[in-house]
Amino acid sequence: MARVVVDVMLKPEILDPQGQAVAQALPRLGFDGVADVRQGKRFELELEGEVTEERLAQIRGAAETLLSNPVIEDFTVRVEST
Amino acid sequence: MKVGVVSFPGSLDDRDAARAVRIAGGDAVALWHGDEDLRGVDAVVLPGGFSYGDYLRCGAIARFAPVMTSVIERAGQGMPVLGICNGFQILCESHLLPGALIRNDHRKFVCRDQELVVESSATAWTSAYDAGQNLVVPLKNGEGGFVASEDTLDRLEGEGRVVVRYVGDNPNGSYRAIAGITNERGNVVGLMPHPEHAVEALTGPTTDGLGFFTSLLKTAVEA
Repeated sequence: MARVVVDVMLKPEILDPQGQAVAQALPRLGFDGVADVRQGKRFELELEGEVTEERLAQIRGAAETLLSNPVIEDFTVRVEST
Repeated sequence: MKVGVVSFPGSLDDRDAARAVRIAGGDAVALWHGDEDLRGVDAVVLPGGFSYGDYLRCGAIARFAPVMTSVIERAGQGMPVLGICNGFQILCESHLLPGALIRNDHRKFVCRDQELVVESSATAWTSAYDAGQNLVVPLKNGEGGFVASEDTLDRLEGEGRVVVRYVGDNPNGSYRAIAGITNERGNVVGLMPHPEHAVEALTGPTTDGLGFFTSLLKTAVEA
């Protein structure tokens, strides 16, 4: 089994109201020194068998088609364990 | 004229949309998300609600429903398609319209009667209005902030593709107060406010929304 992790983040130029809410809550709770927070999504895909370049390309395709909306989001794909 | 109204799992406003079609003088045809068959309709409304529970992103899963394969194909051939609220989100996720809808900048759900100005009457869904005309229709959304790149926004404005704009306080942080847009051809329109809730004096704040549905019939008669 291999785990492939897809991280999806809003593009830097897109407003992130949820991240802002978290950023405002932190100092209220005494966690100081955080300049900014951006909130994203993490997908963990458990693959059967080996991770090949071809399968990673498929996952990048899935990330581009479904897991992220390229209009507002960027994504990264990485293999976590094999 | 037969106007299809799609029900997705989690659609809320399909009945109101069908009712608005009927009040405008059209025949409303119920369409099912899991069925590619558009049942011979001349136009399609994607209604408001929370399709698939807004999982992943609003409209992201609905966009891949079997019915959308046919809707996207027919929209490309010029069939009129109106997306209201969640329907607008689905149209953006389908890339039938540019941009995307994100969480309201103030992070609260907004529900109010909203003043709009019609910026373009050159679409299949707004020909019954005059450009510059003001409307009041309900607005209710949590993720209604319209965003797009500066280039896209400039192109939309330059090509006259902003269909309706918010008047007064921006209710959800939409860039340039954009409430609704159209595609290049003017047959696909998406907007966050709900014209289908403003078609009868008894239940709506006004009947200003009816024009979206009568426009369609007017377009059909003139075509």
